[in-house]
Amino acid sequence: MSRTIESIFRPFSPSDAERSDRSAGDRARHRLKVRESIRENIADIIAEESIIGKDRDKVIKVPIRGIREYKFVYGDNAPGVGQGTGESQNGQVVGRVKQPGKSGEDKAGDQPGTDYYETDVTLEELIDIMFEDLELPDLERKALRQLESFRVAKRKGYRAVGIRVRLDKRRTARERVRRKLATARVARARDDATSTAAVQVPQAGERRFPFHDDDLVYRHMIMDVKKESNAVVMCIMDTSGSMDTMKKYLARSFFFLLFQFICTKYRNVEIVFIAHHTEANEVTEDEFFHKGESGGTFISSGFNKALEITQARYHPSLWNIYAFHCSDGDNFDSDNPAALRAAKELADVCNLFGYGEIKPLGSRYYESSMLNIFRRLEADNFQTVLIERKEDIWPSFKAFLARDRGRDQ
Amino acid sequence: MADYSLKDLEYWDARIREKVDELGLDCFPQEFEVCDYGQMLGYMAYSGMPSHYPHWSYGKAYEKLKTLYDYGVSGLPYEMVINSNPALAYLMRDNSLCLQILTIAHVYGHNDFFKNNFTFKSTRPEFTIGGFKAHADRIRRYADTPSIGLEKVENLLDAAHALALQCRRNLAVKKLTEDQERDRLVAVATPRVDPFQRIHRRQEFVEPDLRKVPPTPDEDLLLFIRDHNPFLQEWEKDLLTVVHEETEYFIPQIETKIMNEGWASFFHKRILESLELPQDLHLEFLVRHNQVVRPIPGSLNPYHLGLRMWEDIERRGDTPTPDERESIPRGKTGRNLLFETREVDRDVSFIRRWLDERLMRDLDLFRYEPKGDDLVITDVSDDTGWQQVKETLLKNIGMGGVPVIRVEDADYNHNRTLFLGHAHDGRDLQLEYAEKSLGYLHRLWGRDVTLETVVNGKRTFLTFGERGFSAKAAK
Repeated sequence: MSRTIESIFRPFSPSDAERSDRSAGDRARHRLKVRESIRENIADIIAEESIIGKDRDKVIKVPIRGIREYKFVYGDNAPGVGQGTGESQNGQVVGRVKQPGKSGEDKAGDQPGTDYYETDVTLEELIDIMFEDLELPDLERKALRQLESFRVAKRKGYRAVGIRVRLDKRRTARERVRRKLATARVARARDDATSTAAVQVPQAGERRFPFHDDDLVYRHMIMDVKKESNAVVMCIMDTSGSMDTMKKYLARSFFFLLFQFICTKYRNVEIVFIAHHTEANEVTEDEFFHKGESGGTFISSGFNKALEITQARYHPSLWNIYAFHCSDGDNFDSDNPAALRAAKELADVCNLFGYGEIKPLGSRYYESSMLNIFRRLEADNFQTVLIERKEDIWPSFKAFLARDRGRDQ
Repeated sequence: MADYSLKDLEYWDARIREKVDELGLDCFPQEFEVCDYGQMLGYMAYSGMPSHYPHWSYGKAYEKLKTLYDYGVSGLPYEMVINSNPALAYLMRDNSLCLQILTIAHVYGHNDFFKNNFTFKSTRPEFTIGGFKAHADRIRRYADTPSIGLEKVENLLDAAHALALQCRRNLAVKKLTEDQERDRLVAVATPRVDPFQRIHRRQEFVEPDLRKVPPTPDEDLLLFIRDHNPFLQEWEKDLLTVVHEETEYFIPQIETKIMNEGWASFFHKRILESLELPQDLHLEFLVRHNQVVRPIPGSLNPYHLGLRMWEDIERRGDTPTPDERESIPRGKTGRNLLFETREVDRDVSFIRRWLDERLMRDLDLFRYEPKGDDLVITDVSDDTGWQQVKETLLKNIGMGGVPVIRVEDADYNHNRTLFLGHAHDGRDLQLEYAEKSLGYLHRLWGRDVTLETVVNGKRTFLTFGERGFSAKAAK
């Protein structure tokens, strides 16, 4: 047939196909790089709006910047040539400039934008990476404060002595039957030995066979110290008129981080939302973040509400309490002493209590600030932070956690 | 699954080869390997090579391809063929019979092109697969050596990959050694013997600076560093060589993308049209063929442009217009023109020679420029604009997308600073990328590196040194 060209077909071999995942090693290295890159850019990533308030197992897209393959390329002032449909005209807009860092279609492989891409990580994974980044060895080594909470009695075997209420009637009765049979056998053996058929063994039913002290069986109980790890996160936020959407968003990011962090450390975590203006209310999450209130601010009201809830539902002997208060610092002057007093009380019952003052850049700086007032509060588990923009959230969060009282215990 | 067996493929392959012979294509022996989609992704990530050294960037390529494929953003290519002797092509098992036939025909087109185009003469196709395997083995060995390790190898490869494309473009031109360069400089500077020297003004002798390294600007950055950085270890030099050689292997493919794809499309069309396919296969062929060679509005499909140009070249040979008749040597048929051109041209010369105003207007090519955030058409292919469009196109194809950067001086300011010049042609460098790439260059060179370029119309020196990156405008 063919004179000059030879050809060979190599058929498909399933076993080769299975063994041929040649890129596995390189993919693993790449994955590692992605993780490193996420760790480096963690402050940016957590400031992205999209991850706040997501479920832990949800997959989120994280923009990766660190693993681009750099080379010399032309910038965006370079003209190009395209093909039209027949009616192209001067001045016609045919597309948009690709920004480096925005995903684009991979065409020539020489455009800066093409190396950028998003990677999928679950929030869980991201949180792991985040807290790896924390580098808080104290927190890592010891579990946070564990409370010896539920002293429950636990059964452990039987004893011949005990108190009346722990008497095991069933086992006691069985002991008695056993003793009775044994007594009868002993009597029979003795009769055989003396061998007088005339002597009758008394019938069991005829004579009483009372309980004896030896028959009594008591359940034995020991005390079981159960280390319970309960935590409650108290999110207290100023919802007065001056808290706009941006401020609330910053607060929300902070609360989100706090909650996620606490969740990694305790088994049972609850969350309480307290919104306050001149008076405080416990609200749902949705109301907390989306419902705006108007009017002035009594910060003390929020703290008092938190104390109230603590007393009612989360007693400090059973719960690790993490309270954080976000406000823009605009408090009525008359309330300041009361607020300081309430803060002191709250700090006493909490593992960690923080105050975050949210002042986005560009907001008016001459506004009153609570930072100065809270500076007077002397408690080693109290921390104030100032959040001016998204990028501040992560550093302030780290600073806040460094104060945890749990690590000393 | 597949509605055909290997026998079917062999049957159609034999028929295709008959046609290939008839058409006069001249091919390497051809091997086809049937693979599944996972293997195909693997081959694509490693540029088709059965064996390739490991680097995380290939893992990244794989993940990206897989994502695009899984989400249906892009289909896998029907075919992948590598330039080697024998030529090696992969056929995806899950493709329909029609697609396989189309692919086989297309592969023979590439095969012929690899064997005959002049740019591929430097690639030594008989050593391709073995060469890549040897590179892979060596690099794996370095990674396994305790005193080197994966981390170091990877870091060096990162840097080498960043600079790999900064190399000579036309490999058909022989590279002179530095001594030969110096001889040439002396020869150029020496005044020629002039029989009329009495009446001519005496030519001035300008003494060339023979102490300079490099004597003339050098485009091969990796090789230059390998040969002039005395602190590099042998394994590091070897890695630079490997990366350089692999890049040189791929440059002809970058430089002939339009010709090569056009050529293969031109012939798969010819072959399939003459095969007398059953009607259902033929209809599917028409659909598939159109998917491959359709124009993509707003951008440029090399399959489409190439195919149209080859068809136009054949037409010129067979039925030239009166204007064209003069430019075509007497007695040349369309066939002659086709086969000559596939041998002696690369994309740039191909387009310069064969893309004329009429064809450009037919294709509705336009030139665009960024204005603010938008890309705006500045010229269309009409009487006034077509030359502008063509010039821009010539700048952008092949290696034109890679800035020309040359080593000018290895001892700049007498402190061993590496001085490089960017041949600015109106397009500025992307500065973030330039900064990072200079960082890699600095890592390899071990001392300061300075790049002269133009930023927003101003001569600028970009320097990367011990204290990091700095940019300074020239006075």
